[in-house]
Amino acid sequence: MAGNALEGVKIADFTWSVAGPLTVKFLADHGAEVIHVESSTRPELLRVLPPYRDRKPGLNRSAYNACLNNNKYGLSLDMNHPRAKEVLQRLIDWADVVTENFSPGVMAKWSLSYEDLVKIKPDMIMFSTSQMGQTGPRAKIAAYGTQLVSLAGFTYLTGWPDRDPTGPYGPYTDTTIPHVGVAAIMTALIRRRRTGKGTHIDISQFETALNFISPILLDYAINHRVATRKGNRCSDSVPHGAYRCRGEDRWCAIAIFSDEEWGRLCRVMGRPELQTVPGFASFEQRRKNEDEIDRLISEWMAERPAEEVMCRLQEAGIAAGVAQTGRDLLEKDPQLAHRGFFQELEHKEIGRHYYEAPPFRLSKTPCELTTPGPCMGEHNEYVCKKILGFSDKEYSSLMADNVLR
Amino acid sequence: MLPYRVLDLCDGEVTFCGKILGDLGCDVIKVEKPGGDPSLNLRPFDHDSSDPQKSLARLAYNTNKRSITLNLESADGKEIFKRLVQKADVVLESFPPGHMAGLGLGYEELSKVHPRLVMTSITPFGQSGPYRDFKASDLTLWCLGGMAYVSGDPDRAPVQVSSPQSYLHGAAAAAAATLIASYYRELTGDGQWIDVSIQEAVVHTLMNVVQFWDVSGIVLKRSGVFRTGLSTAANQRLIWRCKDGYVNFPIYATAGGAQSNAKLVRWMESEGIRDEYLSGIQWEEFDLSTASQEQFDRVEGPIGRFFKSHTMDELYQGAMERGIMLYPVYGAKEIREDPQLMARGFWTSVGHPELGEVTPFPGSPFVFSGERRNTHRAPLLGEYNEDIYCAELGISEEELVTLKKAGVI
Repeated sequence: MAGNALEGVKIADFTWSVAGPLTVKFLADHGAEVIHVESSTRPELLRVLPPYRDRKPGLNRSAYNACLNNNKYGLSLDMNHPRAKEVLQRLIDWADVVTENFSPGVMAKWSLSYEDLVKIKPDMIMFSTSQMGQTGPRAKIAAYGTQLVSLAGFTYLTGWPDRDPTGPYGPYTDTTIPHVGVAAIMTALIRRRRTGKGTHIDISQFETALNFISPILLDYAINHRVATRKGNRCSDSVPHGAYRCRGEDRWCAIAIFSDEEWGRLCRVMGRPELQTVPGFASFEQRRKNEDEIDRLISEWMAERPAEEVMCRLQEAGIAAGVAQTGRDLLEKDPQLAHRGFFQELEHKEIGRHYYEAPPFRLSKTPCELTTPGPCMGEHNEYVCKKILGFSDKEYSSLMADNVLR
Repeated sequence: MLPYRVLDLCDGEVTFCGKILGDLGCDVIKVEKPGGDPSLNLRPFDHDSSDPQKSLARLAYNTNKRSITLNLESADGKEIFKRLVQKADVVLESFPPGHMAGLGLGYEELSKVHPRLVMTSITPFGQSGPYRDFKASDLTLWCLGGMAYVSGDPDRAPVQVSSPQSYLHGAAAAAAATLIASYYRELTGDGQWIDVSIQEAVVHTLMNVVQFWDVSGIVLKRSGVFRTGLSTAANQRLIWRCKDGYVNFPIYATAGGAQSNAKLVRWMESEGIRDEYLSGIQWEEFDLSTASQEQFDRVEGPIGRFFKSHTMDELYQGAMERGIMLYPVYGAKEIREDPQLMARGFWTSVGHPELGEVTPFPGSPFVFSGERRNTHRAPLLGEYNEDIYCAELGISEEELVTLKKAGVI
């Protein structure tokens, strides 16, 4: 596998759900060798969440789980089995990096805390990411990213001022972790290469997510103002919104920052006179009459397909974008298609389905999506014999004792 | 921790990339146009001043950097930039595709000056393709990345987060990619060029939305205060009103969720709120994916009434004591006062001459073996010109004055 940036990096991956697996997936996409450890005795959350192939549930049928774990080997291990430690011992000996995102304390129950790991391997790198971080009075409270979205301010900041807040889709704060997590792991690997020292990385999802609303937090700290949701309004731009287009639930967004852009928009709409009409000529005037401007734009867009509106506005040099659905992204978006963002792989139970490349391309060592997310325990034999070096006999004995399940 | 010199040419919120590298110990030099970076004239401002140096986004996303000014359009500026590149490990830039090459400062040229260079280009749609020259904003990228469509109320337009997000995801992706390439350079000595698409970074926030279409033929839609993506049989409330605000409480199906639900029902009972239907539910057997709308309505009625009789604080405290998965819907004030963040030393004090006060800043997200790097305030425009140009490049003070007069620095 020449040409992979992370060839030779070995990761024992104990992560589950979204934040941890996606972090490690980006490394696997660039050639890191990853053994993803899980157990059918307590299947991870995403194996029992949709979307399932043809809407039929099954431990190996969720594309949610599969798409966050491509390029990884799947090892199923009953962590509470007395013989699990035989496998874990070899896994730790093999690994450069251990990754996990359990509540703090869970790894310690299996004798896999950072302190345990460095006894076996003094230069081990451990990546831990949890909701609240490894320390502090609330480190161990149980919750999912769906809820941290609210604690970290995103719910309050998303929705319409005259309505209850809604938040962005899903466990959004989980998605602030993967790139920051990759940056942390790479930093630790680079440092270990230069100094020989390992480290324990502690990333709090709460703290990381807050880095995505820093200006809001400073606005409170400095100006004592609590920012709130404002629909699609923006303090630097008028008009600024998503407007209904022709068809069912089709929308196109635009953002106008300058008088010049406003003039161009007026011309595209066939209303050049609006550019200089009192009430619309300056930013401050447009701010005052924003409702009226929104109404005019809505009228113009209502009869036109969203894609056509976007292209006409873009030709005039205006920032415009269709509110794309999951289907649009996969089947219609010519840019994502051009970049080969979605790549099809054949999964044993899901069949052929699409996986996502990382949002970056390295010119000399591009990502390669090679194998689909593993079925539960799909690579047990390969991992045990070829990577961890168990003999045929030892492997059979582990199987017979139900350790690998 | 990282012994790299980074030249940061990014504008707007993409400059978050350089901050991440700064938080990880890189020596990040922000190279700015003389006169500053207009794209960071973003509201809100300190005390509502309109001085771009006081843009809070600028203050937040340029910590742990030094600033110099340089006009890359001028011949002298290009020459000086190449000299800076020779001493650097990484160049970050977010100009439109082709702009750097047009200046004679594209990857091809710079890698001749410095073959080990990692150059990271961050643009809305990437360096090639039909949308490469499209104009973009936070909202249009949020839309084209698919996140807007699934966010907000179903009877209104797809909606943004009222604090820009799209560019930040692109910036974080760029930091990750830069360090993957830097690791490869450690091994091989080879630099390379990285092409980051902010649109793709937004698509990666969607989790399972594309997969819903791909394997199940379902176009997920936004669902307001309800959860979507788990069941198609019923609306499941996620955001609830309480006495003085809102709380987040999903009814979970997993083992942990069953316990959490049961504990909430017991709490309600202990306060005299007893509902026959609710108390009779065996939560381990309550199947979220098939439960009907009527079942959910009967569950949610009494729970909603209970929440309305308590404050956000009472509910959060009570939930933590009992192990119930309920979180408050915080605004900036409650976040600032959160005891967990304080205990971990998340907030850092940053003195700033322009602010005239020490302000609690959100800290770095990176804790390595218990250590978090201190946050050093964002630099003033060109604050380090003398340090870099005179002390490092050996430009004399007279030459510097000449370059300033010529608008190069």
